[in-house]
Amino acid sequence: MNATQVPPASPELNRRSFLKVTALAGGGFMLGSYMNLGVSVADAAAGRGGPGGGGGAVNPTALIKISPSGAVTIISKNPEIGQGIMTSLPMLIAEDLDVAWTSVKVEQGDLNAAYGAQNAGGSTAIPQNFMAMRQLGAAMRSMLISAAAQQWSVPESEITTGNGLLMHQATAKKASYGEFATAAAALPVPVAGNLKLKDEKDFKILGTRVSGVDNPKIVTGQSLFGIDVKVPGMLYANLSKCPTFGGTPVSANLDEIKKLPGVRDAFMVNPQGGAPGVAVVADSTWHAISASNKLKVEWNYGPNAEQNSASFAEQAAKLGADDGSVTFPADAKVVEGVYSYPYLSHATLEPQNTTAWVKEDGSMEVWSPTQSPGRAQTAAAGAAGISAAKVKLHITRSGGAFGRRGDVDYAAEAGAIAAKVPGVPVKLLWTREQDMQGDKYRPGGWHFFKGAVDANGKLLGWNDRFVGVSGAGGGPGEFPGVTAPRGGSVPSGVPTGAWRAPGDNGNYWASQSFVDELAHAAGRDPLAFRLELLASGKTNYTVERMIGVLKLASEKAGWGKKLPRGQGQGISFAFSHRGYVCIIADVQVSQAGVLKVNKLTAAVDVGAIVNLSGAEAQVEGAMIDGLGAARFLNITIEKGGAKEANFDEYPLITIADAPATEVHFVHGDYNAAPTGLGEPSLPPCAGAVCNAIFAATGKRIRSLPISSQDLAWA
Amino acid sequence: MATFKLTVNGSAKSVDVEADTPLLWVLRDSLEMVGTKYGCGIGMCGACTVHLDGKPKRACQTPISDVGTAKVTTIEGLAQNGKLTALQQAWCDHDVPQCGYCQAGQIMSATALLADKPKPTDADIDAAMSGNLCRCATYTRIRAAIHTAAAK
Repeated sequence: MNATQVPPASPELNRRSFLKVTALAGGGFMLGSYMNLGVSVADAAAGRGGPGGGGGAVNPTALIKISPSGAVTIISKNPEIGQGIMTSLPMLIAEDLDVAWTSVKVEQGDLNAAYGAQNAGGSTAIPQNFMAMRQLGAAMRSMLISAAAQQWSVPESEITTGNGLLMHQATAKKASYGEFATAAAALPVPVAGNLKLKDEKDFKILGTRVSGVDNPKIVTGQSLFGIDVKVPGMLYANLSKCPTFGGTPVSANLDEIKKLPGVRDAFMVNPQGGAPGVAVVADSTWHAISASNKLKVEWNYGPNAEQNSASFAEQAAKLGADDGSVTFPADAKVVEGVYSYPYLSHATLEPQNTTAWVKEDGSMEVWSPTQSPGRAQTAAAGAAGISAAKVKLHITRSGGAFGRRGDVDYAAEAGAIAAKVPGVPVKLLWTREQDMQGDKYRPGGWHFFKGAVDANGKLLGWNDRFVGVSGAGGGPGEFPGVTAPRGGSVPSGVPTGAWRAPGDNGNYWASQSFVDELAHAAGRDPLAFRLELLASGKTNYTVERMIGVLKLASEKAGWGKKLPRGQGQGISFAFSHRGYVCIIADVQVSQAGVLKVNKLTAAVDVGAIVNLSGAEAQVEGAMIDGLGAARFLNITIEKGGAKEANFDEYPLITIADAPATEVHFVHGDYNAAPTGLGEPSLPPCAGAVCNAIFAATGKRIRSLPISSQDLAWA
Repeated sequence: MATFKLTVNGSAKSVDVEADTPLLWVLRDSLEMVGTKYGCGIGMCGACTVHLDGKPKRACQTPISDVGTAKVTTIEGLAQNGKLTALQQAWCDHDVPQCGYCQAGQIMSATALLADKPKPTDADIDAAMSGNLCRCATYTRIRAAIHTAAAK
């Protein structure tokens, strides 16, 4: 079998990696690191940081603090956006430090060049930090042992640890880490490569179910999110933008607006890195929003004002039309299908916001819910006309992100508005309507498939002619037997961006649905047909791992059981963000066409699992999120803007439509960095559900959302 | 501007705001209780759910002038003397939150459900909780946590 492995995302610790300790004022010590956390070896060698910024090649990091009393504080350097990183990265440190999880306090770090790369996105944080975090914990434990060995005059090899204690059995000596924290700080730092990491059989934390560290604050409503930020003397801003993408304000009734209750200022603004609009600054959120609603703005609607979804579809149909270049033998059974999916909005439950404060000394302080703190710092600084070096960036918890907060237009806008009211902190909050109509959308796409099977039910080949809109990536090339020449691109002024599992989120629905069509045309079982294709081995991933998740999922879901008409199972898989996922959906459809998804069963191979609870949550959530998007969601472009503005028109899936879920992980090796879990379970879900609908009803869904299709059967 | 007197989580409060100001923004901006969240402003997402005299209400759709003498309970008012309610504890034990943003509203809706129906069926949960959106899709754990709390 010809299987090639995608290079690991994790930086291999090399000879350049070394550790550093810094004595803390008041006792205790910090373990610093010159390991270039989260930055690839190539980037480190070139002195570049990660996309989150702040990742210089030679910067001491300080993520662990042990006080003389033995209290352990671990700083979580990456943004928490719901992926659980604030719990999982500290778990890695705590395991090899050998402290009880209950004794660990976790603090969110601000943007700090000393921490290395700080970003969330692409399911990268675990692969990039897994080994580095374990080694930080192990290095600190090793130094504590050395300090105790010197004081007790015993060999280091005879000292054991557990639950934050150092112990020497022969002399019955025992001490807490805190007692040796200061002494350890004076010792030489072990070479990272010489550190011994814990054996899996000794794990007390990794692989267990750990509840998120912020959960007690979340369930009691404490201030955590960007929108919750309150700075004394703060004002509240809203920014109205043109209903067309690329439009600009010409004039507005600013004098009238300035007289409204609580309004402190109103002005037109064109933020570098954001969208131009009319800002209202007031003494409360409600005053800002109420006054914005009374704005009368003359807009220049710009070059995109005539664009609309119907026109995009017409252009795509022309670009994707069969040009006769793909041919099959005369006796082949040819299958053709056009699959299309719409633009989608991110709809993070917390609308975009940022608080910025341009101070009298020319510095700026910013609080932002962002996946890219470094970009947010640069954007706010640039829009305010301040050097990024003078901007202190606080990373707040994000109320969902899904790729939206990797773009930081809202931070730029906050910076530009703050610069207009110097000396006063100001929180910019987008309304839901502004958020949904000012998004960086998941681009729509069209797949023009043509494939064929022979008389023996063997695949002869298939072609995926993909037509995207401006900003969309190409079609999938990761499935055996497919060729994927790009069919062209429809010009569009609609802003696009990363949306959970970019590219894969639409491509896999289309390709896994069409593979299903081919299987049925061949008269073959959809699972057996896929396994046979995978066995041909022409992929860019490890085929055995994919076959493994197909077999595991089908076994757990009871694939192949006999079901009455109106019920069905569907299968789909994806290699996404370096993870291997197979999903089997169990659905029922009433004769009237009412769909109920009963169960989603996932088999997942991403390597070692850090937090079992968090890992399962990512798979459960990504599956239901993927189902909800495929079933209900659509952003329609009309007159150069997004038609849907709020949840009445963009109905996120509710608990009533959320199926039961079952998640099974393939056991992984804890001595190697696993891959991430935020994204890979979303792409296969829609295909599994649509294939199950076909099994139940004979109806093939070739256009999303599913809710736009008639599922009635007789 | 007018002065409105409120009882929030058992404490008397007084605020000077416009009569049309939604209770949501009175809580968040005037009283600095930010647990109640803004999600949509049209009563469609449930993130702003509070209780008025024990009944779940969307604070974004409740002008302050409509509150009157009703006792307001917010997410900050559930735990007593630092002790979580059975529902809050179940939320932690099941590790329900992902991003966590919608969870205050979810818990307020679930608290009202359990007050009304101490042993809810799945259908009861669907009916009571369908107005609370979660893009992280933590729904299976929300359901499990409600059942766990109900069993106590």
